[in-house]
Order: sequence, then C-alpha cells, then structure tokens
Amino acid sequence: MSDLSQFVFSGLTTGSIYALAALGFTLIYNASGVINFAQGDFLMLGGMITSASLAMGLPMPVAIVAALAITTLIGVLLYQLAIRPAGETSVVSLIIITIGASTFIQGAVQILLGKNQFTLPSFSGDASLQLLGAYVLPQSLWVIGVGTVLVVACALFFHFTLLGKALLAVAANRLAAQAVGINSGRILRLSFGLSALIGAVAGIVAAPITTTTYDLGLMLGLKGFVAATLGGLNSGVGAVLGGLLVGLLEALVAGYISSAYKDAVPFVLIIFVLLVLPNGLLGAKSTERV
Amino acid sequence: MRQFARPSILVALAICILLPLVLPNNFMLDIAIRAALTAIAVVGLNLLMGFAGQVSIGHAAFVAIGSYGTGIITARLNWPPLLALAVAAAGAALVAYLVAKPILRLKGHMLTMATLGFGVIVNIALVNEVAWTGGPDGMSVVPLSIGTFELTSIMHWYVLAAALLVLSMVLSLNLYESPAGRAMRGLNSSEVAARAMGVDVATAKSRAFVASAIFATVSGSFSAHYLGFISPSISGFTHSVELATMVVVGGMASTFGAVLGAILLTVLPQLLGGLHGYESVFFGLILMLTMIFLPKGLVPSIALLVSRRRRS
Repeated sequence: MSDLSQFVFSGLTTGSIYALAALGFTLIYNASGVINFAQGDFLMLGGMITSASLAMGLPMPVAIVAALAITTLIGVLLYQLAIRPAGETSVVSLIIITIGASTFIQGAVQILLGKNQFTLPSFSGDASLQLLGAYVLPQSLWVIGVGTVLVVACALFFHFTLLGKALLAVAANRLAAQAVGINSGRILRLSFGLSALIGAVAGIVAAPITTTTYDLGLMLGLKGFVAATLGGLNSGVGAVLGGLLVGLLEALVAGYISSAYKDAVPFVLIIFVLLVLPNGLLGAKSTERV
Repeated sequence: MRQFARPSILVALAICILLPLVLPNNFMLDIAIRAALTAIAVVGLNLLMGFAGQVSIGHAAFVAIGSYGTGIITARLNWPPLLALAVAAAGAALVAYLVAKPILRLKGHMLTMATLGFGVIVNIALVNEVAWTGGPDGMSVVPLSIGTFELTSIMHWYVLAAALLVLSMVLSLNLYESPAGRAMRGLNSSEVAARAMGVDVATAKSRAFVASAIFATVSGSFSAHYLGFISPSISGFTHSVELATMVVVGGMASTFGAVLGAILLTVLPQLLGGLHGYESVFFGLILMLTMIFLPKGLVPSIALLVSRRRRS
C-alpha cells in the first residue's frame, strides 16, 4: 500500500509539472490556433536561466526574477519576430516555425550554457516528509502548490479581467473581436508572453526535481501536449486533469513495469485516447467550417 | 516508367554521371554519396510533407529502423544485406501503417506530435536494448554485398547512391502524377474540397506516411552499410529536424526541391568546416527564416520567378 501511495505522490508531482506545460499550450492554441512546439523550451529556459544565474553568484530571488523576465521576453519575441511576420499562412507553416524556434532555442542554450545538467537547490530543504505512508519531498508540495495557484490565477484572469475576456474574444473569433475594438496583435503577443511566463514558473519550481538540461523541453513539451490533448486543448481545467493523469500513469508504469520505458506512456496513451475520445476528456465537440 | 523519359530526370541523370569527373578528390565524392543517400529519405519525407501536408519530426526514427534493422539482421541472422533491407523496410511500413491509421483521422498537429513521440520511443529503445543495439556506444555494420559482389571502392558506392537517388526521384514524380498522388496533393490545398471530390482522406494520408517511411528506411539501411557504424543519435530529434528542414528549404511538394535541399544542407556545413555543436542553431534558424521569407522554398520560388519573366 505504501508503494502505491509513494507512486501516486510522485505521479501527482510530475503531473503538476505537465499540467502547467499543458496550460501554456492551451493558452496559445486558444488565442491563435497555433500549437507551439517551443512550449517545453519555456520550462527549460526557466530552470536553466535560474540555475545559471545562481551559479554566477546572483541571489535566488534575483535569479528567479531574471529567469521569468528573460523567458517572457523570449516568448514575446517568438511571436513578434517569427509568428507575426509569417502573416496569414497555413497552420503547417506556423507549426514548422515553432519547431524551428524550439530547435534554435535548444541550440542557443547548448552553446551558451553547455550540455551539462544543472540542478537547483530545493526551496525548503531536502528532508522528506511522511504523508499517508509515502515519503514526500518538500519540493513536491511546492510544485503542487504553485501549480494550483497558477491555475486559479488563470481562471480568475479569464473570468474577471477585461484583458482576459479580450483574449477569450480573440480566441472565439478574431475578426469579430477586432470589430469591437480589440487589438488582436496585442492580445496574441500577450498570450505568447503569458504562456512563456507560466512555462518559466513551472520550469523553476520543477528544476530541483527534474534537473535541467538544454533538451529537457522536448520531453516536457511532448507530455504537456499529450496532457493538453487529453483535456481537449481548449479547456484549462481539462489541461490540468490531463497533466495529472499523464503524471500518475507514468509513475505507475515506472513503479510497476519499467522505468526505462515510462517515457513511452504518453505516446501510447494519446493513441488510445484519440481512438476513443477524439475531443479529449473535457473538449467541446467541434465541427470544421468550410 | 514512362517518366524516365522526362527531361528533368535526364538532366539529373547527366549531372550524376558528370559529377565524379568534376569532383577533385575522394573527400568530395564521399560528401556526394552522403548527400545522395540522405536525399532519398528527404524525397520520401516530401511525399508526406509536400504532397499530403503533414509534418513529421520523427522521421529519423524510420531511418534508424532501416539502419539498425539491416545492422542487426545481417549480424545476427547472417542474412544477405538486401534481404535484411527488405525486411526492415517492410517492418517500418507496418509500424507506419499502424501508427498512421488512428492518428491521421485527426488534425495536422496530432501526427506531428505523434511522430515526435514515436521518435522518442525508438531512441529510448535503441539506447536501452544494449544486447541488440550496443546501447549508446552503437554498433558496427558489415559492408554491403549484392549477391557475391562486394562494394569496396568509393566509386561503386557513388554509382549505387546515384542510381538509388534517381530511382527514388522517378518513383516520386510518377506518384505525383498518379491518381493517388493527385488525391494527396488535393489534401494539401483543401482537405474539405478533396473530401467532397470523393478522396478518402485518411487512406491517402496514411499511404503517404507509409511511403515516406519506406524511403527513410531504405536510406537508413544503405547509409548504415556505407558508414559501417551506427549509433542511437541517428534516431535523434536533431536529425529529424534536419530532414524536415531539407524538405522545407528545397520547397515543399517539389521532388527536385527535396533533392536540392538535401544536397545544400549536407554540403554547406561541410564547406563551413563542420558545425561543431552549432547544428541546432543552424537548422532552427534556416527553418524559421525559410518559412517566414520564402515559404514556398527554393525550387518552387525560382520556378515561379522564371515563369513570370517569360510571361512579361
């Protein structure tokens, strides 16, 4: 029994990280219809920049603020320099651009910071707590806590602020949103910046657990996407549920079957889910307009 | 095979025959062989990306299945390389079909993510199944022999690589004009319109995917025999992005574009003295810049320019 609760806790921890990655995906997808293949790299950037700044001797809070600011800036630049100039092109072109951006970001980080693993010290020590028969690292609670706060903050932002509602309006119908005076370019820039910010926060709280390397974003991006798809791609709550589900399944497979192949879980999962539930767990049924 | 007579193929053939006379040394010939073998995979990937409008960023996994397939079968079962190659290609085709069937009913980005996931899984398997693959250290592959004839000199290889490349171009061009090819191209311009014309969208897409997987395995098998050594990095993400970049730069939906892209991006880094860790930045940047400033790619853009000038 304690085995199981141990796996569940570690699953919930990684699941929260995936949930945050998924949230970034849905944010950009909703506002622009683009699947941002560089989303995982935002998490990597958050973790890497914080670790590298610490190694340069900056105090932790400064390092975190620097990482958040730089990653958000990179998200905005991605939109401004690569997505916007491409104009009204096909979704395939936009996908290819974000793949190029992802490869470029990874390559640049590899050159600037090297191929080595970076570790971030835990926020509140490494002494594990005992919870329901499982050993839980305090950092896991940080991940789950920060994840919850971010999800709630996003929900509040969309429901109670003018900017959030404007974002939803652009997502629903860009032309109509422009007709009522919403600057859709600004909103899209905002959505890229915001999802980069969420990615960076997730990357920083996760870094003490995952350790960060330049190519971490690949795996996190893939799992975040699976989580987002599971949740239906247009639902924030769905993204979170999807993330937790992927994390849990992965931890159970790692615990009971094979830890080498746990990374295969999301891939197998997505094929099965898409067969049975093409719209995800909470996604709205959609029909394509001609 | 009526397309053998088409002028563009004859030009390609002539270039292939004249090239060894121009190339100064074996080093350049070696690059030409690598470029030609890579181009086979890129011509195949173009069937998927250019014709069917689906992006794969896991195609290196199929190249790896070809490489490791022949590598393992020739070493373990002592089968002749060409039979091993056929088995590997058939295996990859089956895998591609099984993966494609459920996923291709869905929107474009699903296949892209699935190919990424597929690439990751193949990479994990190659690194972990040490008993079969030699793990991260890689494994050596026996030299290629066809019947009793063993390819020993670099000139043998050049002839083989050039012949294979021209053959794959002919196949691709034939497909382009066949009813199946028209169905695929229809998807690219408008899926809804294609469906309304009676095109079975999922079948057309999965055919393109399977065909592109076979091209990739063939390229992988021959490359493995040529290089004599393979490691899991051939299935890596960077390699997949490289292949996709070659398609995009040369021009999607253009067979000659695919070949040009493969040659340019194989030769350029060599001329620059190797990329030395800058591969990702190089390919990422080229991918973005092409998509923003030359979204049609080199060959179609040049063709458009020429036809415009003729008209005026």
